[in-house]
Amino acid sequence: MTMILLFFLLPIIAGVAALFVPSDRFRRLILLATAVAHCALTGLAWVHRPAPAFGCWLLLDDLGLLFLSIVSFLFLAASFYSVGYFQREDWGNRQDFEGGFLFSNAREATFTCCLLFFLATMSLVCLGQDFGLLWVAVEATTLSSAPLIYFHRHRRSLEATWKYLMICSVGIGLALLGNFCLAVAATLGPDKSVPLLLSSLISHGGLLHPLWLKVAFLLLVVGYGTKLGLAPMHTWLPDAHSEAPSMVSALLSGALLNCAFLAVLRILQVCQAAGLGEFGQHILLGFGLLSMTVAALFIVAQSDYKRMLAYSSIEHMGILSLAVGLGGAAYFGALFHAVNHSLTKGMLFLVAGNILTAYKTKSAPEVRGAAKLLPISGVLWVAGFLAITGSPPFGPFLSELIILKSALDQGRIVIAVVYLVLLSVIFIGMAAIVFRMCQGAPVERAAADLPGVGDFPAPAGESALTVIPPLVLGLAVLVLGLYLPPALKGLLEHAARAIGG
Amino acid sequence: MKLFTDAVIAILILTNLRLIASSRISACIYAVACQGVLLGMLPLLVGPHYLTVRACALSGATVILKGFFFPWLLLRALRSANVRREMEPLVGYTLSLMIGAVLLAAAMWFGRQLPLPVPDHSPMVLPLAMFTIMVGLFVIVSRRKALTQVLGYLVMENGIYAFGLAFALSEPLLVELGILLDAFMAVFVMGITIFHISREFDHMDTDRLSALRD
Repeated sequence: MTMILLFFLLPIIAGVAALFVPSDRFRRLILLATAVAHCALTGLAWVHRPAPAFGCWLLLDDLGLLFLSIVSFLFLAASFYSVGYFQREDWGNRQDFEGGFLFSNAREATFTCCLLFFLATMSLVCLGQDFGLLWVAVEATTLSSAPLIYFHRHRRSLEATWKYLMICSVGIGLALLGNFCLAVAATLGPDKSVPLLLSSLISHGGLLHPLWLKVAFLLLVVGYGTKLGLAPMHTWLPDAHSEAPSMVSALLSGALLNCAFLAVLRILQVCQAAGLGEFGQHILLGFGLLSMTVAALFIVAQSDYKRMLAYSSIEHMGILSLAVGLGGAAYFGALFHAVNHSLTKGMLFLVAGNILTAYKTKSAPEVRGAAKLLPISGVLWVAGFLAITGSPPFGPFLSELIILKSALDQGRIVIAVVYLVLLSVIFIGMAAIVFRMCQGAPVERAAADLPGVGDFPAPAGESALTVIPPLVLGLAVLVLGLYLPPALKGLLEHAARAIGG
Repeated sequence: MKLFTDAVIAILILTNLRLIASSRISACIYAVACQGVLLGMLPLLVGPHYLTVRACALSGATVILKGFFFPWLLLRALRSANVRREMEPLVGYTLSLMIGAVLLAAAMWFGRQLPLPVPDHSPMVLPLAMFTIMVGLFVIVSRRKALTQVLGYLVMENGIYAFGLAFALSEPLLVELGILLDAFMAVFVMGITIFHISREFDHMDTDRLSALRD
């Protein structure tokens, strides 16, 4: 009872404490301690599953545990990176490297508090079994992460924050309407209805009103799909991911998108139980292919490397959605791919942060010779690119292969071909950007162009705290490509069976 | 009682039309405030459980938040931003009003078409809910000022709330409170963002926020 509550109470208490602690050192210590404790708790849950609380409202099932582990692990990496980032940040007024105007940062205390609240709300998404509670938690993730995007207080990040807030809130509003439609579908007669708990909806699946359930599914997929970054509701995503500080981008992409994906999987579980699984899967298949196409189109002509990563996230959310749409063995592939994508994309965004700090530009053509200037980050950047585009021997290669294989096994040749073509287009598009950034000699940008940052190249771009977290994530991706631990394999299989109906 | 309920619903529909026909932002805020108060009272008028403690508590919380607190917050943001009117909306006011009429007719028609699993308690609440949701979405896409868009978001939330009422859906109390809390936080965070936008840009026209694009 108490253990399951700790997953979100711990970060909330720590977040409030962080707000009132005056000393920077102590506050950073709180952040690290919470991240470590959260990760330890999650590890404990693998061994000994915590008991449900509040009459199964909060319950850690296989699916929830999988996504909670991703969130927790990625947050640990991001929090160590954050401390390195805070130490490196210049907290006074400074000049923007694109617009040239002065700006400052948000207070570190506020930022840390929101970061911890963000962890709490994402954990709640993984634990919530009631559809209403799930909605509350997903909306709360939007609200706690919006201030994180507006960390650098300048115009572009403000614009990104506004779009994120508005588009996601409206999307989540539609999901609330979907929740109400689900409640209508679960109404069996006057004063008699199935509670909106996942387990009871699944066990009463056959009694649900099919038409209302279809409406509910559509609204929920559009609503949570906005958060998930499925095209055409993805428009907030590139802006928010490119303007947020890098560890926030890593969390948004690796953890938050997965939480939204979990919400979609939950409603799909209900559809499966009601015998409407096929209907739901067709829709997800369509959204998946569309998202991959949009991502491919925008990656090819991209000049901003953080936006490139953001579009790559849209692509991978498309792959997840496509895989769930295919079903069968692809369920396993989808969940495995969610793990792989989170680790890889987390690493890539953290490395992108290192490059951004050193070069002070997000424009890919202006970055040259990253491999020389930043030896470790440069290598990680290339390795991360290879991993995310599905090259062996990394984890995403395996999961993308599983998805391809199940498409072929089902005889869906057209889908398999489109999938392969889009993956190759994205590989070529990203390769052109990434390799050019790493090769060559570092270009010195004229000091006159950049008043205020004349002392280029930046002083020692790589510190241990900003290099080790992406390195660890990268190693994890590599290990997953070579060897899948039996514990993880078992969990993935159980979770895949849960969504397989 | 029936007459009174119908009157409340009619006024709610009028507040929506007022919102899309008015150029003065403060008038729009008052219309939304009025809508919040009436909507908070609605569960006591329709639905199976009239005067339980739970219904009264929720109703009270809704009236205080949607009827008084949100409008107060937005009026403050309005004063700090120093704008009075929504100049040059993307869709003009006459046209907006006509679109509103079309939406109302569509909502009325559509509300009748939906198959209801249970006999509804008052037939007008469902069309009202759909109309309110559509007006909210329309305001979000057709207005430029950040503040007006927040109003649109609020109205959409109101519509969804009314949709729940139409079916007398009772979510657990904790969830209802959570939904209210989220709406509260959303308006709060949006209010702060508007404050920053108007300070940073000297305006709050969201269509001029266009630095980020591909």
